[in-house]
Amino acid sequence: MLEVFIFATLNGLVTGLLLFMLASGLTLIFSMMGVLNFAHASFYMLGAYFAYSISLTMGFWLGLIFAPLIVGVLGAMVERYGLRRVHKSGHVAELVFTFGAAFLIEESIQFFWGPATKNYRSPDILDFPLFTLFGQEFSAYRGFMIFISMAIFIVLFRVLTHSRIGIIIQAAITHPHTVANLGHNVPLIFMGVFGVGTALAGLAGVIAGPVLTTFPGMAAVLGSIVFVIVVIGGLGSLAGAFIASLLIGLLQSYAIASSVGMPDLLDLLGVSFEADHPLNDLWTVTLPQIAPILPFLLLVLVLIFRPTGLLGKREE
Amino acid sequence: MIKIKLFSKFNSLLICTLLCLGNISQAQEPVRIAFMDPLSGTFASIGTSGLKQIQFAADYLFNSRGGILGGRMIEIVPLDNKQSPTETQLQFRRAVSEGLQIIFQGNSSAVANTLSTTISRFNRRNPGKEVLQINYSAVDPILTEDNCSFWHFRFDAHAVMKLNVLTDYIAMNKDIKSMYIIGQDYSFGHVVADTAIRLLNEKRPDIEIVGSEFHPIGQVKDFTPYVTKIVSSGADAVITGNYGADMVSLARSIIDSGLDIPIYTFYAAYDGITATLGIDGKDRIHLIHNETSNPIPTERRKEYIRAFKARNPNNDVTQPRLANALSMVVAAMEKASSTDPYDIAIALEDMRFTTLGGEEIWMRGEDHQIFQSLHVSVHTDEGIEFDADNSGFGLRSIYHVPAEETIVETSCQMRRPRR
Repeated sequence: MLEVFIFATLNGLVTGLLLFMLASGLTLIFSMMGVLNFAHASFYMLGAYFAYSISLTMGFWLGLIFAPLIVGVLGAMVERYGLRRVHKSGHVAELVFTFGAAFLIEESIQFFWGPATKNYRSPDILDFPLFTLFGQEFSAYRGFMIFISMAIFIVLFRVLTHSRIGIIIQAAITHPHTVANLGHNVPLIFMGVFGVGTALAGLAGVIAGPVLTTFPGMAAVLGSIVFVIVVIGGLGSLAGAFIASLLIGLLQSYAIASSVGMPDLLDLLGVSFEADHPLNDLWTVTLPQIAPILPFLLLVLVLIFRPTGLLGKREE
Repeated sequence: MIKIKLFSKFNSLLICTLLCLGNISQAQEPVRIAFMDPLSGTFASIGTSGLKQIQFAADYLFNSRGGILGGRMIEIVPLDNKQSPTETQLQFRRAVSEGLQIIFQGNSSAVANTLSTTISRFNRRNPGKEVLQINYSAVDPILTEDNCSFWHFRFDAHAVMKLNVLTDYIAMNKDIKSMYIIGQDYSFGHVVADTAIRLLNEKRPDIEIVGSEFHPIGQVKDFTPYVTKIVSSGADAVITGNYGADMVSLARSIIDSGLDIPIYTFYAAYDGITATLGIDGKDRIHLIHNETSNPIPTERRKEYIRAFKARNPNNDVTQPRLANALSMVVAAMEKASSTDPYDIAIALEDMRFTTLGGEEIWMRGEDHQIFQSLHVSVHTDEGIEFDADNSGFGLRSIYHVPAEETIVETSCQMRRPRR
């Protein structure tokens, strides 16, 4: 039982931190521009595919460096030449624009790389078990994933709270006009944040590609969950996104690891139903079975009881 | 876009040559066949690969040899149902409005079930405009049992038939003392789990089922938490009906966890899966399927595969049954001298047909289920003449069961339309 718990925690940590890399960029972009970037997970997918192509000729490590850079530049260009023009027409237009961009990116990926799963591999140097516990291996690559995401979180937090540029960004979130009047180039800051946000998503793609498999549906699988995190954490709150990511990662992981379900609950209550009961599916459902939808349940609960999210400061 | 343009140029060139040669055959209406499968989204890789295969089968087997029914060409019309039952309804409407009367569909038994129900209802209400469903891959037994329909024909062995063979093979392995079953949470996944448990209990009561798990289809990001459970259950082997991204992610997680046990699957090959598994999956990944992969029994099928590879270097003939299904539908059209779905259906019933692999297969009239030999293959790079994903790895068939031994009874009570 202990082994399951320990591994579930580690798995949850890996998933949670990965989700955070996506959510951090999304939440920053939202708080600055007021745009929910629907294409965010698509940049994550682009990161994985770029890194895959780079890794074929130049190896994994160069992919790790260059793929996020390419994605970041691409993201910045999308902001500069796409989003900024659409901005004049209001938020709905921006929303629709990012929605369209998501489709465009997915189709482009299918066009250039094809629909089949890509054999994107983790580097050989990390191809060993970091440690073995109760006969189960924890791969070094997963340890590396945890390390990278933690490093990103710390750097991001330091930059935002302790550097000059971070202070300007924070000011631009709440008082863009004042910041502009002080002589700062707000559109440039926006572009920068969008670029960095998408680069982070790209980086997440680079390190997730080898373990979560690189295929054209990878954005869709992760996309909706990232929005859930941003809303649960509180729109615009980096710390909130961090907590929500870990919460959801661990929640899912523990739910899968558990082996309880409705039958246990019914046993406890001393109730039983016939096998041909019309709601039989409901009476036999188990927690692992519904694990992937638990985050959405949590979202509903948060929206009901704390609409601003865990650490959200937004007031109506 | 460029590709399409090139093709249309090529086509016009072809038409011009034909005309210039003096009108060999009069321009006849093509026989249009719909191919309805996911061409976008999570399972796009399987759908698009199937589309390439049926288009190739139509061109190579029929169109390049003067067409069918005295010179009519086969035109495959792709319809993207995104593997969703709702989208399938919309695409079915579209097929009907375009006058398509034959629909090939394979991915997801949930979709096949929806389509079968929709078609039965539509045909009852629209006599004379009937639609025929050619199911080449959806293997929930119910489609040829309790929910069987006169308008539905299945060209793949259903899950119970496949598991019969697979569990026979597993039962021979005395090292296996415990089994873990994991599958997608919908009709097909449940059939696989229930049947595997039942058959293993019959054949090897000493094998303990240490776990049976379902996960939402196409929703799992990371299978590691599931694999953690498999490891701690101490299972000696895993059975799964997963396909597409769900299959490759599961296999990768099992391999990455260092768990060295055999995995018995339905669909763990091709479309990027074989390449992704590579050396790590060698001799561990097993598949139950029809039509042997290596060795290929006949020169005709070898030629067919080579010609396919020449035209689609990045794809493989993953589902030879698509060619079988198309060939049998054409044979039925020729036999009935008609493209009317009712005539085709009557002609298909109890048809015996020799495949490119030289094997005689039989379409049972009672429930419209195909019977052909089944094979268990292993993922390896030894003795592979035709590899998958150009990876050097492929499937080698190691256990064979002839068609007669795969025959199972059916509970089908078919309602036949009167003509």
